[in-house]
Amino acid sequence: MTERRFDEELKALKERLFTMAGLAEQAVGKSVKALVDRDLKLAKDVIQEDAAINRLEVEIEETCLNLLARYQPEARDLRMIAMVFKIVNDLERVGDQGVNIGERTQELLKESLLKPLIDIPKMAVLAQQMLKDSLDAFVNQDAELARSVCRRDDEVDHLNDQVYRDLLVYMTQDPKTIVRAIDLILVGRHLERVADHATNIAEDVYYLVRGTTIKHRLAGD
Amino acid sequence: MKQVTLRMNRHQVTAIIGPSGCGKSTFIRCLNRMHEVIPEARVEGKVLLDGWELYAEGVDPVEVRRRIGMVFQKPNPFPTMTIYDNVAAGLRLNGVRNRAQLDSAVEESLRLAALWNEVKDNLRQPGTSLSGGQQQRLCIARALAIRPEVLLMDEPCSSLDPIATGKIEELIHQLKVKYTVVLVTHNMQQAARVSDFTGFLLLGELVEFGPTGKIFTNPRDPRTEAYITGRFG
Repeated sequence: MTERRFDEELKALKERLFTMAGLAEQAVGKSVKALVDRDLKLAKDVIQEDAAINRLEVEIEETCLNLLARYQPEARDLRMIAMVFKIVNDLERVGDQGVNIGERTQELLKESLLKPLIDIPKMAVLAQQMLKDSLDAFVNQDAELARSVCRRDDEVDHLNDQVYRDLLVYMTQDPKTIVRAIDLILVGRHLERVADHATNIAEDVYYLVRGTTIKHRLAGD
Repeated sequence: MKQVTLRMNRHQVTAIIGPSGCGKSTFIRCLNRMHEVIPEARVEGKVLLDGWELYAEGVDPVEVRRRIGMVFQKPNPFPTMTIYDNVAAGLRLNGVRNRAQLDSAVEESLRLAALWNEVKDNLRQPGTSLSGGQQQRLCIARALAIRPEVLLMDEPCSSLDPIATGKIEELIHQLKVKYTVVLVTHNMQQAARVSDFTGFLLLGELVEFGPTGKIFTNPRDPRTEAYITGRFG
């Protein structure tokens, strides 16, 4: 019977989480858009908007502790709160990656484009989709969607390697490209990190739904 | 009790917790002058309801208890009365005789107490024919019938099973939309679940008072921490 009040609070918690997820997703999307469109203002916006994500992280963590202390939830409710507690950590880091890309973009916009951007926008699309799907899996309690997110991480890793190798060629041929190449390599790495955080979230969702973990042993299946 | 000062918010649930003998019941009884039924009991200080001083000279304790209702540890329906008459008793004492008025007040009170659906076809049965949890909700309906502003609840679930307890807890949560609730409980988890503010009493002293979430996640006083974590004494 008391679940009813608890359920209301749990629902409110989830809504806060979705708000935060939306902002984190936007941070990544906007930061890459700023790079592609050479939009300095948008890059600065992303950096500024991170404060809202950070505030939500703290707020959601406090709410989780509050719910654990007050309702002592069991079973799925317990897993839900524990996973929300972890997911906000990943989302906050996703927001930070958006800021990092925004910062690299600010530097990159000071000079002309080193090479046409091909793989980085691809990585961004993949990483954002993974993030979106991991949250959709959470909303719909969809373990299979969560598992598919984890599988897709390899594609992003692969693209990241490709970005690195391509830019290495530029750097070895012309040292004047080094600064810009490193900034682009870092952007690639930040996007690869976004995909990693999406994977973490998806693993947490899988655990939440199925009660078993797929962490650290997905390779090969 | 020693120098307790605290403010309880309108339309919120305030829980008072503490070990046996700490003064929880004594405290709550001071809020509607119920301690006066105990010989030799005395009170110093002030209790204010929206600025109305309950202990001022000339204040009728009956009026105090009309505005500040109470529910006790053990369900105590009037044993010779039907369900209907139990709820209507307070109104009749206040001179209400109109049948339609009584009917609607009884129904409304039983609905507020989440009991209506279970008893609407048996209103002429004795109140004592109900289960313990139902009897307690009947007592809550009885208290609500005279439309108090504040509802004091002294261990309202201590004689109930977990299911009946759950119902009362959910009810407390619903009641705060219309009423201000003060709940005394030795069950810390109950305070954690249903209240907005919690006060911790120890040996008649209010050790700590604050938002329930704060008290249960990060209490200020080491004695509160010891009590809520079960490391007391």
